[in-house]
Amino acid sequence: MAILHIVNKSPFERNSLESALAYAKKGSGILLIEDAVYAASGKTKFADAVKACVGDVKVYVLDPDYQARGLGEVAVVDGVEAVDYKGFVDLVAQFETTQSWL
Amino acid sequence: MSEAKKFMFLNRKAPYGSVYALESLEVVLISAAFEQDVSLAFVDDGIYQLVDNQKTDDIGMKNFSGAYKALGDFEITKLYVEKESLEERGLTIDSLMPLVYEDEDDDWEEKPSIKIVSREELAGIMEEQNIVLSF
Amino acid sequence: MIVVIGLACVVLGLVIYYSLWHSGKSKLKFGILVNEGPYQHQSADSAYQFTKAALENGHEIFRVFFYHDGVNNGTRYAIPPQDDRNITELWSALQEKYKLDLVICIAAAQRRGILDENEAKRQGKDGDNIAPGFRISGLGQLIEAGIESDRVVSFGD
Repeated sequence: MAILHIVNKSPFERNSLESALAYAKKGSGILLIEDAVYAASGKTKFADAVKACVGDVKVYVLDPDYQARGLGEVAVVDGVEAVDYKGFVDLVAQFETTQSWL
Repeated sequence: MSEAKKFMFLNRKAPYGSVYALESLEVVLISAAFEQDVSLAFVDDGIYQLVDNQKTDDIGMKNFSGAYKALGDFEITKLYVEKESLEERGLTIDSLMPLVYEDEDDDWEEKPSIKIVSREELAGIMEEQNIVLSF
Repeated sequence: MIVVIGLACVVLGLVIYYSLWHSGKSKLKFGILVNEGPYQHQSADSAYQFTKAALENGHEIFRVFFYHDGVNNGTRYAIPPQDDRNITELWSALQEKYKLDLVICIAAAQRRGILDENEAKRQGKDGDNIAPGFRISGLGQLIEAGIESDRVVSFGD
């Protein structure tokens, strides 16, 4: 069953993104929310790790959280798709189960 | 009730430093009453919940490690420990509490509840779940 | 002419039937788990925004379960500054509008001093503090939400 992995912590603070990347199998999704949206920015040292998983895994970023943190003008990592809260709901419906890396 | 669902309780936090491990264990014990297919997974610092020889007298907190030993009596018999997290912390299975259950399908033979699995295997087991609750 | 109108009605009927069937099919039942209190972490806000969006898009929320410090979402005594959001009141308003089931875990609530009238009496306390629209119940309600819902989404630290 395809899992939507939800990550909410900055990769600079916690290893939850790292764990989610390690656990996300082909066909699953990773949604970056709250402080994890910093990992969607194309500028950080985690950009390559995120980019490397895009393709096998769909990566999404919650745009309201991205905009709130002043990242609106910063391009996301190639292949990362921005969603709003309705999109968040649609993703939860689309994938069969969710796992929040709290 | 329809067919049992597969519930996985994923533990990624160490005990005592925060309340998550203790309160997660409370959920797990309650879940036993619902006759679902329950498993526990220990990943990252969650490994530290199972370490043997916890002594909390001098911090004034309840030592709840003993409650893990009761899981077998509640028919919660699948405790997956991620090999990579264990090794990263310089631990082996001998560092963990010896947790067992009596297998009713095998003449009540005592069997270990803890299964050491690779990250890859655990990711596969996670994909089989209906519900994953992470604490 | 009559044949054409008849055909048009049949086609229109099929389109309406299909869209109703399709929209009905995609609607799901969600269980929501909130593990952190308001303000300290964004998780209570995220949970609220998600719950609201799910309801506005026609999904059903089976239950919102408040656990760990999440029980602090349900005290009516919090007074955030006037220019800030009042998360507890937002939950209460959403509950009223959609008849949401907002459940506070009793074990976690007792640790943190969240009481309804019955609990306050039972524990010999001099007052209760639960906010309108919330109710206190056992951890079994979380497991039941997992059993009854199509999806469970957790929000926490």
